[in-house]
This record gives sequence, structure tokens and C-alpha cells, in this order.
Amino acid sequence: MTLDSLDRQIINQLQTGFPVSDEPYAEVAAALGTDEATLLARLQILLDERVLTRFGPLYRADRLGGAFSLVAMKVPEDKFDEVTEIVNSFPEVAHNYQREHAFNMWFVLATDSEARVAQVNAEIEKRSGLPVHNMPKLNEYFIHLDLKVDDQDELS
Amino acid sequence: MNMQMTDPEHRIDSLDRRIIIATQDGLPLVSRPYALIAEQLDIPVAELKQRLQRMQETGVIRRIGVVPNHYALGYRANGMTVWDVPDERIDELGEQIGALDFVSHCYHRPRKLPDWPYNLFAMVHAHTRDEALAHVEQIAKLLGAHNRAHDVLFSTRILKKTGMRLNP
Repeated sequence: MTLDSLDRQIINQLQTGFPVSDEPYAEVAAALGTDEATLLARLQILLDERVLTRFGPLYRADRLGGAFSLVAMKVPEDKFDEVTEIVNSFPEVAHNYQREHAFNMWFVLATDSEARVAQVNAEIEKRSGLPVHNMPKLNEYFIHLDLKVDDQDELS
Repeated sequence: MNMQMTDPEHRIDSLDRRIIIATQDGLPLVSRPYALIAEQLDIPVAELKQRLQRMQETGVIRRIGVVPNHYALGYRANGMTVWDVPDERIDELGEQIGALDFVSHCYHRPRKLPDWPYNLFAMVHAHTRDEALAHVEQIAKLLGAHNRAHDVLFSTRILKKTGMRLNP
């Protein structure tokens, strides 16, 4: 999908926050020099085309009594799709990426209790027959949330 | 700065939980999204707004907004850079690496010896692999002699990206 200047402004603006007010889209639209109907239509397209993967409140499992953990697996190529299906079937798996490395599957667990991380990992080991390597964060240094879309970016 | 929070004031109650479940898939694309959610939950919209504000203040909500697909925005080289640095220096080094503008997330995680000697993770996003590798060089230079080993793992496929989901 080709993004025009308004799409880019919407993406950049909405990475920085969204108001909690009666008519928040109208407010954001006014700030971007457009109208509410246009903003709503653009957002729908950006979500449908998967340029945006989500729009809404981003919750932190570790701040509501739960936990996040990064988990790595070494999955043989011929079992990759099967193991992907097993891992992705857990609602606690928030993201899962294939990476170029002997550890080729990396997923993030977001659970509503600390104990659930170990339960999900044990279940994945049992169903896949492969060991998992649990790497919970010990400390977090800084988070930059904005990925700026510039005009020169090659977009798909 | 340790972000782990166990302070009871940050805990959520059952209505917060219902609000999370009603909004974790996203906000409705209608003129008055909060009024619609409040109606679904059968609570006053003022209470919903107040609780959303409070969850933003306490950090239960990191922010309200969009999550872009890096690839679709032209960031085709997304690398997890991993570093083996001395444990006693890691917080100081992590703060420096995390502050770089091309690093989106930076974490201290446990090593898994003997297979995995790395304890510092920094995600870098770039338009090309060359650009990403230049970022890796910049981190290596900054770490200097504290960098005992490093690697970069490029993502080749997003297998899932839904974000946190609480079970209803």
C-alpha cells in the first residue's frame, strides 16, 4: 500500500498518544487539519492493510500483576510450521518472530500472573517436544515508541 | 531503573479487568468510542474515562495509540542485537545503549550458558541491512572493551503480533 502525506501524519501522530475525551477522533483530526470522517476511514484502511497492527490502549502485563518474558527455541526447519502453530495457539503469546540464528523462534509471553509463564513454557515443551529458553527481562533501560515515517521511505 | 511494579496501588480491580478485555483488541472506530465501550460495559462514560486516565498514570497502559508494522513502514531490517557485557557494568551500559535513537527497546536478560552468553538486548530498526549493521558498529564502538561478544539476529518473518490478551 502506498502511504500519502496524511497517512504518514496519522501514523506519526497516533504513535505519541490518543486523547481520552468525548470525541477524540474529531480532536485528532482537527490537529491534523482534516475531519473526523476522513481520519476514521484512513485508520480503517491502515488497519485492514496491516500497515498498523493495532490501535488502542497498550497494556503492560507486568504492571497488572502479570509478567512478560522473551522465550527462544531452536526449531528444526521441517517442524517449523507445526511448532509455530503450537506456540501461536496460546493467547499469552503476544508476538512471535522467526529470526536468522540457531535460536530461530523468539516469542514474547504476556501473562496475567507470574506463575503462568512457567505453565505456558512447560506446555509448549510438552507439545513441541523441544526445550524452551526463558529469558525474562531483569531490567529495562529505555523505550522509544515512535517509528517515524519519512517521505523518502520506500513503502509497501 | 527497574520497571517491575508490585506496589498494590498499581493492581487492577475487576472493573479494570473488564475494561482491559473490552479494549485489548482495539478502540472502536466511531465518533464516540468511549461512550460505546461504556455502554457495552454498562458503566458511566465518566468512570471509564477516569479509569483509563488512571491506568495511564500508573503505567498499566503504556499509551493509547497505534502499533505500526515495521515492514510496512519501510523498516525492512529489524535486528535483535545481543551483547555479552560485564554484569557489574550492565545498568550503566544499558542506559547508554537504550538512549540511542535507533534502539527501540533495550533490556538486561539472563544468559543461558553455554549456548547463549549474551545478557544485553537492543532492538534496532533500519531500512536496509547495511544501515542496521552500521548501527551495530556504533553500539560496539560505544561499548568498547566491555563488549566481550555480540551477535545480531535479523527477523525474517512475523509469526504473530497481537499484543497482550487477557482471557475473559
